[in-house]
Amino acid sequence: MKVSASTDIAAAPEAVWALIGDLRRWPDFVAGLTRWEAAGRRRSGLGARYRALMRIGSADIGGLVEVVEFHPPADLAWNAVTGAEQRGRWRLRPHGEDATRVELRMTYHVAGWAPGAWLIARIAERAIRRNLTRTLGELARQVERDGSGR
Amino acid sequence: MGGLLPSLGRSVERRVHHADLGERDPDYIRDNLPWLWLLASAWFRADVRGLENIPERGPALLVGNHSGGNMIPDTVILTMAFSTYFGAERPFYQLAHNLVLAIPALAPLRRFGTVAATPENAAGALDAGAVLLVYPGGDHEVSRPVWERNVIDFDGRRGFVREALDAGVPLVPVVSIGGQETALFLSRGAGLARALRLDRTLRLKTLPISLALPWGLNVGDFLGHLPLPAKITIQVLPAIDLHERFGPDPDVDEVFEHVVALMQETLDALAAERRLPVLG
Repeated sequence: MKVSASTDIAAAPEAVWALIGDLRRWPDFVAGLTRWEAAGRRRSGLGARYRALMRIGSADIGGLVEVVEFHPPADLAWNAVTGAEQRGRWRLRPHGEDATRVELRMTYHVAGWAPGAWLIARIAERAIRRNLTRTLGELARQVERDGSGR
Repeated sequence: MGGLLPSLGRSVERRVHHADLGERDPDYIRDNLPWLWLLASAWFRADVRGLENIPERGPALLVGNHSGGNMIPDTVILTMAFSTYFGAERPFYQLAHNLVLAIPALAPLRRFGTVAATPENAAGALDAGAVLLVYPGGDHEVSRPVWERNVIDFDGRRGFVREALDAGVPLVPVVSIGGQETALFLSRGAGLARALRLDRTLRLKTLPISLALPWGLNVGDFLGHLPLPAKITIQVLPAIDLHERFGPDPDVDEVFEHVVALMQETLDALAAERRLPVLG
């Protein structure tokens, strides 16, 4: 199942990347994140691993994730190493003169008997989409606030 | 009847000896987490709090109260929440009454890590570094009448304290509310169980009597029932290091009283949060 959300932020990609590229700051704007802890020495960049959990319905779902693509200020992708099977991507592209189109994508697999799993994936999709949309809203607020403060 | 029950008892004993620690199957758990998640989220609107109180690594003994006759939502919800939180990779076992594991329809529980409540299984799981869940109240607790739903009643069973001390592992109290509202539990039926000699043959001290779906009057709950969608809240309390808290040679009774009092206090607080039965 694929879920994505996008928004335009009135700032340069570098300004958006200042938050996204620093994984330690994700709890400041990622909605529904109930746990976010570096696992290992590397805190950011390619190969950084985090213990990540997101509240979906009655459970904190997630596991160990690893950053598998890190191209400032354009692409950041992660894969799950353990726990829930999922991957995701931040995609930043210049939009017009001084705006950035930010897309946040998640792909996940629900295990088990196929018709049931499909239904459950659809139910989870609503909660995940809500979290992605809120995340982009919060990110935009923070980027724009940081920009006006300078 | 006199000859039938003892032979049934022996057949139960034979069956449960097959339930060993090696039967837990992380792939099976992973495949079943999604529908358990749906059941917990949609039917029981479960709220599990404080999983971060379980030590991140190594063995621990979780001691909980549980409810709901033979259809116990607490175990299912806690196992689901534990597995999504720590991953199905982390070994997690649950001790259960022999009879539960002997029911053919409940055989899948073994793959979730449910093992017979024997001292060998308990010590084996903890020695292997796993997290172990025990419900000392057993059948006495799950068949308590509905007006005692917010009472921690382990029937004085203190074995869990000894198990934690012997294995040298922290004790983590887990308090659950809502399960005793999944049917109208009227009586433990302890007298009935004694009259039928179930206590001697099947180690069953109760024969619960309830009003439950879809049966109406439900005696024994051997076929289970359809639980009402009661809201279940589970609170995991901070881990207790028994030696740090009670000294080098802790008194079992003192630890027991402390844990029960702590759990009762938490249950009272959770009960105060509830506005309506079932709805929560």
